[in-house]
Amino acid sequence: MSVGADVPRIDGVDKLTGVARYVDDIELPGMLYGAAVRSPVARGRIRRIRFDEAFDFSDFVVLDARDLPGPNEIAMIENDWRALAEHEVRHVGEPILLLAHRDRRRLQAARRAVHVEIEPLPAVDDILAPLRPELIQYGSDNVFKRIEISKGDVAAAFGGAARVIEGTYHTGAQEHVYIEPQGVIASHEDGRLVVRGSLQCPYYVLSALTHLLGRTPDQVRVVQTVTGGGFGGKEDYPSLLAAHAALLAEKARAPVKMVYQRAEDMAVTTKRHPSIVRHRTAVAADGRLLALEIELLLDAGAYVTLSPVVLSRACIHAAGPYHCEHVRIYGEARLSNKPPFGAFRGFGAPQAFFALERHMDVIADELGIDPVELRRRNLLRAGQQMATGQVVRDEPDLVALLDKAVAESGYHEKRRAAEEFNRSHPYLRRGVGLACFQHGAGFTGAGESYLASEVAVAGLPEGAVEVRTAQTDMGQGAVTVLTQIVADRLGLPVEQVHMAVPDTARVPDSGPTVASRTVMIVGKLLERACDQLRARLPAGLPPAEAIRAWHAAHPGGELCGRARYEKPPEIEWDERTYRGDAYATYAWAVYVAEVEVDLRTYQPRVRDFVAVQDIGRVVNPTLARGQVQGGVVQAIGWALSEEVVWEAGAMLNCHLTDYIIPTAADVPPIRVIFAEHPTAYGPRGAKGLGELPHDGPAPAVLNAVCRAVGRRIDRIPLTPERLLEYIEDHGDG
Amino acid sequence: MDVTRPTSLDDALETLARRRAVPVAGATDLLVGWHEREHRPEPLLDLSALRAELGGWRLTPDRLELGALCTFWELRCAPQVAAEFPLLPLVAAQVGSVQIQTRGTWAGNVANGSPAADGVAVLMAYDAQVVLASSGGRRTVPLDEFYTGYRRSVRRDDELIVALHVPRRRHLREWFEKVGPRRAQAITKVGAALVQFEQGWRVVANSVAETVRRCRALEAALDAGRRFATPREVQALLAQDISPIDDVRSTARYRGTVLARIIYYWLAQ
Amino acid sequence: MAELVLEFTLNGQPTSCRVPGEARLLDVLRGPCRCTGVKEGCGEGECGACTVLLDGQPVNACLVPAFQVAGRSVETVEALRCDRDPDPELLNRSGVAQCGACTPGVVMMIRWLRRNPHLAAGADLRQLLAGNLCRCTGYDGIVSGAAAALKQAGGQHSDT
Repeated sequence: MSVGADVPRIDGVDKLTGVARYVDDIELPGMLYGAAVRSPVARGRIRRIRFDEAFDFSDFVVLDARDLPGPNEIAMIENDWRALAEHEVRHVGEPILLLAHRDRRRLQAARRAVHVEIEPLPAVDDILAPLRPELIQYGSDNVFKRIEISKGDVAAAFGGAARVIEGTYHTGAQEHVYIEPQGVIASHEDGRLVVRGSLQCPYYVLSALTHLLGRTPDQVRVVQTVTGGGFGGKEDYPSLLAAHAALLAEKARAPVKMVYQRAEDMAVTTKRHPSIVRHRTAVAADGRLLALEIELLLDAGAYVTLSPVVLSRACIHAAGPYHCEHVRIYGEARLSNKPPFGAFRGFGAPQAFFALERHMDVIADELGIDPVELRRRNLLRAGQQMATGQVVRDEPDLVALLDKAVAESGYHEKRRAAEEFNRSHPYLRRGVGLACFQHGAGFTGAGESYLASEVAVAGLPEGAVEVRTAQTDMGQGAVTVLTQIVADRLGLPVEQVHMAVPDTARVPDSGPTVASRTVMIVGKLLERACDQLRARLPAGLPPAEAIRAWHAAHPGGELCGRARYEKPPEIEWDERTYRGDAYATYAWAVYVAEVEVDLRTYQPRVRDFVAVQDIGRVVNPTLARGQVQGGVVQAIGWALSEEVVWEAGAMLNCHLTDYIIPTAADVPPIRVIFAEHPTAYGPRGAKGLGELPHDGPAPAVLNAVCRAVGRRIDRIPLTPERLLEYIEDHGDG
Repeated sequence: MDVTRPTSLDDALETLARRRAVPVAGATDLLVGWHEREHRPEPLLDLSALRAELGGWRLTPDRLELGALCTFWELRCAPQVAAEFPLLPLVAAQVGSVQIQTRGTWAGNVANGSPAADGVAVLMAYDAQVVLASSGGRRTVPLDEFYTGYRRSVRRDDELIVALHVPRRRHLREWFEKVGPRRAQAITKVGAALVQFEQGWRVVANSVAETVRRCRALEAALDAGRRFATPREVQALLAQDISPIDDVRSTARYRGTVLARIIYYWLAQ
Repeated sequence: MAELVLEFTLNGQPTSCRVPGEARLLDVLRGPCRCTGVKEGCGEGECGACTVLLDGQPVNACLVPAFQVAGRSVETVEALRCDRDPDPELLNRSGVAQCGACTPGVVMMIRWLRRNPHLAAGADLRQLLAGNLCRCTGYDGIVSGAAAALKQAGGQHSDT
């Protein structure tokens, strides 16, 4: 039985011995390096591009928007994102010109020798500032997307409410800091454009290239190389990078590698959407939520990219795991003249939960109710509806999950001990905080139907199988867990299950590796493909033998089981009204953080962290635990130290020296507990996991800090400089 | 790349006598973002072959001598030094990371002249002296008289730091604290090194002025036996000697406030 | 110097290569020496992905000028192909590697710690490994892998 076993990571030893080849480790004969010349200003009209006379550009490939063979568009939800700016620029770092040369260092010198003269235009820096006509760059009001979710009668509920409690919460941008920067190599092989790169979604890149270059899919091949981290940052951006490399490769008639240095990567690639979320909540005296009114604003940056979907997930998750009859959620994704914000683990849910879970603690404080008790009174029970009207079929016991987290963390004991400690220590203050949250697995609503994912499992002559999906392993363990799922279903040892490299010439489009969909959606599809394969095998033989026997009887034949996504008939979603089953199912979690704040230096430190979640059946405990621990630490960084410092629309601190992610010394061991409540929708009952761990730590940590210092803090990152202001400038919260 | 690699100290000094060059020891500051720089310092004088003359450390009857190529790591591994100068290995363990400590040198930290230099703060609090050599001879400058401005010092272009001398004295109290954005790989936001000798106090702060510097007003108050009831009182004295700024890493308010608080609470122990 | 002929010992073997004068050790290793296991994560000495052992001590290869490497001894993650020290299967089971980008640097730190067990005994493992940034593991897998590797017998011991 492979599912549930700690199968060692299949690609692990290659990574540990330095054998695994990432894109920058690959060299092709005659290869050139490529780089972009970029806008120095946030918005303006391009007046002139001047090349230094003293610099010899004769052996460079130079390319601008006029060289584009097709539309100047990176295909995404809307096609407003341009491969190269032509007449105007909308953000600092927007690419204008591309250069290629054999010598990487000479290329860097060349970039400095190209001067773009831009007449500045008024730029949108603050999405809350009043919109003057000269700032409008999209539609009539710079709003990329609006979403409204309504349930019950919010107005009436507020009318009759005992108490109304308001709060506004802010979250900042966050940079992915995958340790391997973005990179691709474009070349021509066998009459086809081939792009190899560090990416999450080879078929997204394929779509972008066929659209940009006016090709058919069989004329382009996209291959994922070993990818050193993604977190969503390699979901959208690689389409643009691949476009650049491909354009240069076509013009140069030579392979072109484009790998970013860290500073460029941080400055110009996508980041998490900053958010402003306003809560207005009607509560009963005993803390029951009577009505939730939530306004959610996302700063989307200069182009639409994926913002409508980020907004969608944020809005759907905004009311959290609580029961409330009357809900109104209104969301907007607004343009600003910053590099476009994009996919990042959680995809809007972390922003929504920071606000919701901070607000729940504010409610608890105002009513004088214990924060745990407040959650207990409001958590969804079986049969109750979520904000979109969904009744969760899996019937998880959220109160039991809460109790487990409270018990494992020693929440109440810690709280009592903290209160006593705080009375006597000259400058250290401790506190405990929690957060309850969920993450829907897969694309929202009709999204999975739209993706129409396909997978294949091929039986090989030697008796092994090859699994063909476009799912990419970026460290989360996709190769290993999908191998386990297939091995289980077919009754084969894992050693006889091989994952094909995600290469669009060889694997079907099983959809992107995003949205926590790989295990649940694609894993389930693989089970069906396995069943189809088995149905073709001669009966009465063990699987490996049966496969060999089939091949012996059909020399040169193709033995393949396939499956295509079919929406479970009971899942119903109305995209127009935003009502129904937003996701087939959810993973649920309760996280508890204990912090200690040093009032001398205003530095909070997480002393202990307990992460309890129900992700259905755990496919691989070590890998699953690693996902939780990594996501928790990444979210702690978002909460306490990762600040993107903006100046005139540019990221000022685009170096690892000044963009502060946690080191091993900054975080405690993260204690992980899984409560397994299997779902019918996933393979062997497994649900999605990848993003859930980033949804809850920030409010849990902030709730603990607020408890420790007795202040109401509504904004992250909570740097020590800001905590100083909260403590010294505000009275007791 | 114009690099000269002398094989003796005399060679090195003769080179500097003839032309300006940037001395390179551990290179942990010089090489940061190396390929992205538009202009790189040149010519370079590579000191790494001079370990015989400039390496290591030794204890003489009245002082600890650190050779110019002595690294932070070497003092982390020196129990004899730890016994007498506990702040040295303590600060060494907080510079960057192990990978930086094995290469970074105390003399390089001094020569670089960053106002955030933790090594400099502790050496200054221990009353260290800088030994400068040129082809014309040697001279010794107290570290607290070495800096003349932001990243500027009395070192002439033809001089090399060849050693740092730290006097062996009785320390009544000593302490160093570094406040950074995280617990390793951090550029100091504000730091303090305090040593009480029989002869009096040294209070040194880093990241709060153009240079690492002594806070003489607070020293004088401590020498006079003053005690403090609140951090604000400490801050008022410090304000006479420091001028913290806002920058991408922190704020003037944070630096000034926190420097006073950490000192206050340590004194109050 | 426009170009440099660099002679040094790489993973126990005498090596000679031509490199540009301004090359960093990282460029030498990834380029002519074909040790692409050494990764570039930042070029600033912050992330530790390029950690190698120079005369037995861990350094960031992105901060070492090639001109200082002459006659010295460098070990990279490629050394594990011969001596499996630390044991990659043990590290794998502990969850040290996820995406693998920080992994070679971590492995070199663990190799160094195994040779200097007194260091790990006297200090906090998390503090010793704090120069290796990881975005995937949250560090628990790395720390437990390091602890397990330190308990395992065998491997080389040096007096460094």
